[in-house]
Amino acid sequence: MDLEPITLDDIECLAVGAWILGTGGGGSPYLGLLNMRRLYAEGHEVRLMSPFDLADDDRVAVVSNMGAPLVGQERLADSRNIARAVEIQEDYLGRKFRAVMSLEIGGGNGIQPLMAAAHLGLPVVDADTMGRAYPEAQMTSVAVGGLMPYPCALYDPRGIEAVVTKVPDWKWMERASRKICVEMGSIASTCKAPRTGAEVKAWAIHFTVSKAIRIGRRVREAQRRHADPIAAILDEAQGRQLFRGKVVDVARRTTEGFLRGRATIEGLDEDRGSRLEIAFQNEWVVAWKADGGDMAPIAMSPDLICVLDTVTGHAAGTETIRYGMRVTVVALPAPPVFLTPKGLDHVGPRAFGYDLDFKSVFEP
Amino acid sequence: MRRIGIDVGGTNTDAVLLDAGSVVHAVKTPTTPDVTGGILTALDLLGRHPQVARGAIDGVVIGTTHFVNAVVQRRGLAPVAALRIGLPTGASLPPFCDWPTDLAALARGAVFMLEGGHDYDGRPIMPFDEPRMREAARQIRGLGLKSVAISSVFSPLDPSHEERAREILLEECPEAAVTLSYQLGRIGLLERENAALLNAALADLARVTIAGFRAAIEASPIAAPLFLTQNDGTVMSAETAMALPVMSFASGATNSMRGAAFLSGLQDAMVVDVGGTSTDVGQLRRGFPREANSVVEIGGVRTLFRMPDLLSIGLGGGSIVTGAPLRVGPASVGYRLTEEALVFGGRTLTATDAAVAAGLVQIGDTAKAAAVSRATAQAVLDAAREKLEDAIDRVKTQAGAVTLIAVGGGAFLVPDRLQGVSEVVRVMHGDCANAVGAAIAQVSGETDQVYSEMTREAAIAAATAQAVERAVAAGAERSSLETVDVEDMPLAYLPGNALRVRVRVAGAMRGRAG
Repeated sequence: MDLEPITLDDIECLAVGAWILGTGGGGSPYLGLLNMRRLYAEGHEVRLMSPFDLADDDRVAVVSNMGAPLVGQERLADSRNIARAVEIQEDYLGRKFRAVMSLEIGGGNGIQPLMAAAHLGLPVVDADTMGRAYPEAQMTSVAVGGLMPYPCALYDPRGIEAVVTKVPDWKWMERASRKICVEMGSIASTCKAPRTGAEVKAWAIHFTVSKAIRIGRRVREAQRRHADPIAAILDEAQGRQLFRGKVVDVARRTTEGFLRGRATIEGLDEDRGSRLEIAFQNEWVVAWKADGGDMAPIAMSPDLICVLDTVTGHAAGTETIRYGMRVTVVALPAPPVFLTPKGLDHVGPRAFGYDLDFKSVFEP
Repeated sequence: MRRIGIDVGGTNTDAVLLDAGSVVHAVKTPTTPDVTGGILTALDLLGRHPQVARGAIDGVVIGTTHFVNAVVQRRGLAPVAALRIGLPTGASLPPFCDWPTDLAALARGAVFMLEGGHDYDGRPIMPFDEPRMREAARQIRGLGLKSVAISSVFSPLDPSHEERAREILLEECPEAAVTLSYQLGRIGLLERENAALLNAALADLARVTIAGFRAAIEASPIAAPLFLTQNDGTVMSAETAMALPVMSFASGATNSMRGAAFLSGLQDAMVVDVGGTSTDVGQLRRGFPREANSVVEIGGVRTLFRMPDLLSIGLGGGSIVTGAPLRVGPASVGYRLTEEALVFGGRTLTATDAAVAAGLVQIGDTAKAAAVSRATAQAVLDAAREKLEDAIDRVKTQAGAVTLIAVGGGAFLVPDRLQGVSEVVRVMHGDCANAVGAAIAQVSGETDQVYSEMTREAAIAAATAQAVERAVAAGAERSSLETVDVEDMPLAYLPGNALRVRVRVAGAMRGRAG
């Protein structure tokens, strides 16, 4: 079996790539990166495992840091917390995990499995369940696959440990675990419902860790050579540029515990004279373009809509994007599991309240 | 209101007297290595002007890059005891964890991490560990550390643990210079703590330097209280500056933009400040520089300082011209302009020589510029124009032509017609815009907090009231205060429609009678 060592340089690239795949959400991976720099300085090393090297009855821990990115800026990510969440789950199951996997590759959660893996001496599976970031528990490939939503372990470093042992469906898991998370200070290290090797092979979104590393590496190389990092991202991820311009308005509001709103971008260069509006629910969901009066949707979930700093190629988050930023909006192809009728039920435009038929940017 | 504004730059120290809203007199003198000497000379030159000698001065306001340069150049820094309150959270990322190694080696005296801090909703994470705090204070005394930085989780929302820690510390170490992180800032523990650590490392230098500023004023014929300008174009008292030297980090660039706004009477315009080596381009919004929206690194340390969003390009009066293909800058003769430029009898073709040859300005021996052909002079000016046009376009935030204010000693390089610019405004005393900016600096107050179970309007009103009180406490005239910035952001995942509100108000400094 091949276990590929992940170098610290790979992790520096992962931090850049995961932030891009976060499609505006997921929080900055910076604090996770700092933890990894420290762990590597202490001699830890993490290895990457192909999902197809798992035995069917192996158990895989699915981890994520749950909560508000703002709280994460004060209660700093500590690699031991996510490792402890995995141990709680092992104790509850009475069984050891074979490997650790990310719930979502996008944003800070793209680094969480590496932190857990470094402490536990386990490999990281080169896969996740979103291929990006999404706001809700049922917006995963394993939920589309109808897999079991429980048990879920939650940990707070004050010594608060919880397991949601049973719920009827994924939406109930979202509600029950969210309540616990809020009591813990709106931040919790979580180990989600465990997956078997067979489930990972059938339903996870494969090779997303190495994809994020490759995207990040291309951005960093382009910066070093003073080349265009956006072009490098489009080439690496087979994406398409949608729009280039300047942010002229950002309207945000909180509804049902999420950050919702709309960003308006005025065109520059070849897009001068037109306007792009992008709606978000933590992540970018639907983009409309107006050339004169009429607005027409040009990109929507599950296609990845990424808003990037035009100069650096780094991602702009929905919490941090601001008036005056110069951005380039690109679309990257969605994981195929979300393009099925059931997938679109979970993450298509109607799942976010937009009465639109999904049309991919990448359809001929 | 009669105020003297001083800008202590890398090359020159400029000073101006502002009386009843206009510049009475301006002087320029070389900056001295001790900084103080240059200020004394400038005050002396200014004091000889009859209108300066006549009547009282309400304040001397100094803008300086001295402290930021100390960090960048790694000099004059004191070892710091870092004290963080927030365990059991954040233990894997202790203070100094993301600092460049060389700077950390100079500044890290000792690190202590204690239980305490708060959650976003005001509940303590853990009770503050006072016995351990006293033990840490005794160790700090034992180690002989004099500068201490204290940070606590969510202290911008509840500073009580930081304040209690200072009380205990001062009981054990009465002489210590203490920086509390909440005084510097915003949500973002690591960046706020970094600012506190940098500030504590500058404590000695600030004490000595500002005492030097005071001594210079006392030795001069001018009797007036001393103020320093801070990053957002407002002033702080000498006492505050001594306690919070990091707040002056970006004051040089800010002052030139504020000075440009004042001298031109324009509130919303683009400003181009052409110096000897570099040109800064920035955008004024309601008379203040627009701020950068990303994390700002100072000497390699990540912080959340409020810095003007500036684009710096390598173009200035001293820019060296090289041929085939013709290039102007980024290399510059810098402060050696008066030796190396052709018009000063030197042998280096500079942008200044081309401007003299084209008849745009009279500097040095204009006859010596005859060596520059008309075609070459034009090519140099064209190249400078292209660089400026590109920089202006990159800084623009709206389509359409903008009004451009050209200031700085090299402003003659800015042509009257530029692509994307509707009008180029030139102002009297534009070469001392930064000293003018210091003279007109306002007093501000700011708040940045999370509110829940409140309407948006009520939250903004509560934040504004707090910002106003902070501004008044800092010396502002209450009736003059205006809101200059409001930003509100609903917080995803938090209950109770939590809203983060940041408000900044600014206004005129109270007169001495007030």
